[in-house]
Amino acid sequence: MNYSVIVDVMLRAGIADPEGSTIERALPALGFSGVSNVKAGKSFRLSIEADSEAAALEKAAALAERLLSNPVIEDAFVRLGEVVGS
Amino acid sequence: MNRVGVVVFPGSNCEYDALAAMTALGATSELVWHSVTDLSDFDAIILPGGFAHGDYLRPGALARFSPVMGAVARFAADEGPVLGICNGFQVLTEAGLLPGALQKNIGLTFLCQPTTLVVTSTNSVLTSGATVGQELVIPINHFSGSYTCDDDTFASLVEHDQIVLRYQDNPNGSRDDVAGLANERGNVVGLMPHPERAMSTLLGSVDGRVLLESFLTAHVTA
Repeated sequence: MNYSVIVDVMLRAGIADPEGSTIERALPALGFSGVSNVKAGKSFRLSIEADSEAAALEKAAALAERLLSNPVIEDAFVRLGEVVGS
Repeated sequence: MNRVGVVVFPGSNCEYDALAAMTALGATSELVWHSVTDLSDFDAIILPGGFAHGDYLRPGALARFSPVMGAVARFAADEGPVLGICNGFQVLTEAGLLPGALQKNIGLTFLCQPTTLVVTSTNSVLTSGATVGQELVIPINHFSGSYTCDDDTFASLVEHDQIVLRYQDNPNGSRDDVAGLANERGNVVGLMPHPERAMSTLLGSVDGRVLLESFLTAHVTA
């Protein structure tokens, strides 16, 4: 099976997020009020050949830890997208 | 005579500045392509500035998987002097040869300007010939130079006297003004400023010389 997997990489809590802060500060000037906790991150879409959803997610978590994120400053979150084929 | 290897990744762009600096100090040096896996001919290794592998994903994230990095890790483990300048510093942190990480500058601006550094430790191959408290004017040229690490790592850096250079006026949001740091043994050093660009009065400063001279006279046990 080919599983579509989404990996979100976000800065860990406590690590300065200048992009998120800048976006948050810009919003009131555009008329958007009441928006807070803006965080900027990266999102990756992968197709993973695996025997099960769990195996696909495990593989995604492993490669996210090894390459897509820097565990010193970032957390990676993996989840299934839609199934793209079998 | 020291033989210095300057590692070139696809996207490095300060390798010739590093060679020129080594030549100015009387050392022989040569470029080492990133696919090389044997560094035994060299007495010291420099990872120069630039944008290794385009800085795709994160600065240094792909460079750490270049074949040469295994050899750099072995060279460092044998206490050979390793210097990462700017992008080279980012590569060393991604490779786990130095603790912490470098993230985007706090103001989200690319910074290209002279900075005043203060030598805060001489326990490294880069600062052994300087004196604590010495001020050095050396340029920076980076977008991701804000040093960060968790509290335990920072406490360990302080305890082992690994923070070797600090900014006098922090330009990028680095934790505790960190501009350069060493590993515990002091043979691996990374810094965001460019000492190889502070080698000539014509270019505004000669303050890089004391650092690179220290690096060249580092005792090699490899």
